[in-house]
Amino acid sequence: MEPVHIDAKGLHYTPLNQQIRRAVSEGATEIIVDNVLGQRFIADGLKGEVTIRINGVPGGDLGMFMNGPTCIVKGNCDHAPGNTMDSGKIVIHGSAGDAVAHSMRGGKVFVRDDIGYRGGIHMKEYGEDHKPILVIGDNACSFLGEYMAGGIIIVLGKSDNTFGGRGVGSGIHGGEIILRGELKERQLGVGAKITEFTEEDLEKISPYIEEFCGSFEIDPEKYLDTKYTKIVASSSRPFAGKYVWE
Amino acid sequence: MSLGSVPLKYRIQIDRQQCMQCMRCVYNCSYGVFREEDDGNILIDSRKCTACHRCISMCPRDAINLSEHPVDYRSHPLWTPQAREDVINQSRSGRIVLAGMGNAKDYPIIYDRLVLDACQVTNPSIDPLREPMELRTYLGQKPSKLDIRKQENGEIKLNTKLSPNLELQTPIMIGHMSYGAISLNAQLSLAKAAAKTGTYMGTGEGGLHKDIYPYQDNVIVQVASGRFGVDINYLDRGAAIEIKIGQGAKPGIGGHLPGEKVCTDVSCTRMIPAGSDAISPAPHHDIYSIEDLAQLVRGLKEATEWKKPVFVKIAAVHNVAAVAAGIARSSADAVVIDGFRGGTGAAPKVFRDNVGIPIEAAIASVDQKLNDQGIRNKVSVIASGGIRNSADIAKSIALGADAVYIGTAALISMGCRVCGNCYRGLCPWGIATQREDLVSRLDPEVESEHVANLIKSWTLELSELMGAAGINSIESLRGNRSRLRGYMLDEGTLDVLQVKPVGA
Amino acid sequence: MCGIIGVIDRQKQKMNGSGIKEALSLMNERGSGEGAGYAAYGIYPDFEDCYALHIFFDNLVEPKSKVDDIIQKWGRVVHQEEIPTKEQPNLKRSHVPWRYFFKPYTDLMTGSLTPDEDIVKYLVMEINSSTIEGALVFSSGKNMGVFKAAGWPEDVANFYKIDEYEGYIWLAHNRYPTNTPGWWGGAHPFNLLNWSVVHNGEITSYGTNQRYVESNGYQCTMYTDTEVVAYLFDLLGRHHELPSEIIVKAMAPPFWDEIDEMNDKERELNKAIRLTYGPALMNGPFAIVVATHDGIVGFTDRIKLRPLVVGEHGSRLYISSEEAAIRTMDPQVEDIHMPGAGEPVIGRVVT
Repeated sequence: MEPVHIDAKGLHYTPLNQQIRRAVSEGATEIIVDNVLGQRFIADGLKGEVTIRINGVPGGDLGMFMNGPTCIVKGNCDHAPGNTMDSGKIVIHGSAGDAVAHSMRGGKVFVRDDIGYRGGIHMKEYGEDHKPILVIGDNACSFLGEYMAGGIIIVLGKSDNTFGGRGVGSGIHGGEIILRGELKERQLGVGAKITEFTEEDLEKISPYIEEFCGSFEIDPEKYLDTKYTKIVASSSRPFAGKYVWE
Repeated sequence: MSLGSVPLKYRIQIDRQQCMQCMRCVYNCSYGVFREEDDGNILIDSRKCTACHRCISMCPRDAINLSEHPVDYRSHPLWTPQAREDVINQSRSGRIVLAGMGNAKDYPIIYDRLVLDACQVTNPSIDPLREPMELRTYLGQKPSKLDIRKQENGEIKLNTKLSPNLELQTPIMIGHMSYGAISLNAQLSLAKAAAKTGTYMGTGEGGLHKDIYPYQDNVIVQVASGRFGVDINYLDRGAAIEIKIGQGAKPGIGGHLPGEKVCTDVSCTRMIPAGSDAISPAPHHDIYSIEDLAQLVRGLKEATEWKKPVFVKIAAVHNVAAVAAGIARSSADAVVIDGFRGGTGAAPKVFRDNVGIPIEAAIASVDQKLNDQGIRNKVSVIASGGIRNSADIAKSIALGADAVYIGTAALISMGCRVCGNCYRGLCPWGIATQREDLVSRLDPEVESEHVANLIKSWTLELSELMGAAGINSIESLRGNRSRLRGYMLDEGTLDVLQVKPVGA
Repeated sequence: MCGIIGVIDRQKQKMNGSGIKEALSLMNERGSGEGAGYAAYGIYPDFEDCYALHIFFDNLVEPKSKVDDIIQKWGRVVHQEEIPTKEQPNLKRSHVPWRYFFKPYTDLMTGSLTPDEDIVKYLVMEINSSTIEGALVFSSGKNMGVFKAAGWPEDVANFYKIDEYEGYIWLAHNRYPTNTPGWWGGAHPFNLLNWSVVHNGEITSYGTNQRYVESNGYQCTMYTDTEVVAYLFDLLGRHHELPSEIIVKAMAPPFWDEIDEMNDKERELNKAIRLTYGPALMNGPFAIVVATHDGIVGFTDRIKLRPLVVGEHGSRLYISSEEAAIRTMDPQVEDIHMPGAGEPVIGRVVT
């Protein structure tokens, strides 16, 4: 089937999503949406095996509750792409705002450049096939992986600027945050700890790095070593000692 | 018992003459109060008792006696036993005191100082069993006006499209109590009861277990800050969606389900790892401002193609009216206000007993603010938090609520005795526990009937109260504060409630 | 318990007030001699473009100068005078009834589609909500007027010389007060702009209806439930532009079980009305006749707790609490019938 073209110029998000849904229900496997500017909720709650190419700058909550599709954005994203996403993939050729992959439970979000504050907040995994992956090409900001309960966040730092934020993994009780380079103890959030990044870890994340680099046609070679810091939860029960019974 | 212990909370005694040593108490007490000795005697450890009454209700001979505070402290108006014991507890542990159920402080109860009206002479009271009485309630946005035109040919044409509304056969709904906090059997009982009585029950934030799917048309699915169990399937199944911002029992803080309650089944329903704490952050991290709330409301509507009402639940805090007015502008269809007496499985005691305002005042001020701003039609108002009987419901509606959520009352109808130890996960009634042997004590067939009976009897009482007031349709009770009077309420409170004192 | 009667001549043939006075007096058993009143349409042909503001003044000193001040800010007084009255031995003159013939400056009210009416409504609300003590506007329509006082129907009629007015619509009310006996403002008809209401019964949903109209810019100041009906008609009829049968449907809607049985289109319409206008639903016993320049509409509550009888004769339509009252006015009346609960009886001017 030929790709379906949608011109989003001046279009509100509800009719835009209706057009996308209709195309998917008619069997489209590729949808190209041009002239996107600020439309929120693109592919919100969408199911299926479709690839949506978004040209422009979408509004917040791209791919919210999404279950299956792939969104490829040629442009920057606003806040919270991949919000509470179940499965599927979001590839952003640019940067994204705050709370990227908020509560994401499965699927992948790849951001070529930078993301804002609280990236991967409350990402969580469960079962065999729900493990969210957030990969950031360059850098992230403070409170990365706050409340994280599963999945993997990888920050590749392509411009070699060191991570300057604080509160990394604050309240983390599951999953891993893997930052290229060093991290100081004082940059860690409550309940987070640094552990050694091992060869096994590298083996585990290599496929994601390769897939990420493949998406942006970057050579993965320079990232395939162990120059990373791994941050995990110091306990899966961070509040176990906080309370006493009445 | 160790040196320095505080006195017993409760003393359990067995009337040995009555006792037939059937050991039902031993078997039923999940807290370990009773132990069977080798010689067939029953040994009692009163210190473990929570006053859950399971043993008492199961004893075939009425042989068990329970007394509260069997040991006196020196009486003191300020230093109550509770105050002293909290100090002792915290000085030993260095921790936050955790408590269950609703606000246990002795604040005056406004409901009990409001009285309802009845007709005498100037208009007739209506007998609801013989004349029509309408309690059907629609929750959701209503247009502020209709565009109705009379055509040339005399035909009437409606040009306004209605937003989706929930249809309730009674203004009583069952509030959100999550699977995890309560057992699946408990949730199942509530769902069946909601279906039987033409109303709705809330899932709470623990996701929707597949056993509840058959009742999904009577289920409101909740989206809380932890987003547990939230995916498109979940959203599609609910009759409505509720965003939980806060809870009356613990306004301003998040919640967490302790890891020991996160069994495989709970983990799958919540879609989180088994055995780890399920943490609901205090705020939604995609809502840091009112326009972000509008975005989440619209995000949920967009995901479900604008077919479902979206509610927003907030705790009744000091500026609840202004917050509700903001919510009314967000595309939300209803605002749920949870008063400071709202129940909970676990809350820090300092919050449970000290933060928030009573639901009665919150309803009145929210309804007033929405009216003043001319946006009352934009949202329905659902009240919850400490509703104990049909009179509380009638008063809530007369103050301005469209419907109410009940929580604790529904649990009591299933056996709960409000012992307040829900957070320990040992509920011997099979309600607030995930222990299989305890959960199996609760039969959803039986308990759904009890919950349904409660809703039915309150609905009947509501119709009687309305009939006595000469009202045959619930919308004529809503916000009808002229049918309320305040008894021994101070002027400030009367002013907030906009209710006249008795005799006026 | 009160007595009401209304009549319209659909050809706009005028009637003087003597007939309705007699009819109303016939229903004295329904009243208590503490309030009666009349409304008549078409009585001021010389000032037909002016709003006739009927005001009770406690005295003509302070209250009147304050009223003069405020209304002259908002428009031009074309003519003013004391309403002609004749002392009656059994009627205590508690106020000075006065009338202004008033034209609003329409450019003063911004953001309104009907600025002249909104100015008049504003003045009524402003004066009556006790900003001006000792003044009460009790009639504010064009080419129509309300005449009411505390007393028996014939005394009130003779006091105002009702016989001398000629109108094509008349409403009248014989009051048995429970709330504000002896207060002239509490007598019916209640009026706002061109809407006049006579009402028998007690509205148990008053608090709800009151909140609804108040959130739409009206202020209830008369200490009685009937005024809310006038405001509801103004809101739904003038602002929401609903046809009168739909207004009646909003106030006395079909039951849900009846709506459930309707065809899709009817059901959608009726459901929309109930959802949108739930706060306008009136509960409790009532029979009401509402008038405006185009016609009158009478209806009862939806379980028929108050009587209402309709009669027709040629171009005349009568609506009353009792058949005898109609027959007093028009012995030749035909086609007497009782409308069903909540069913509107509409008499429209034929133009």
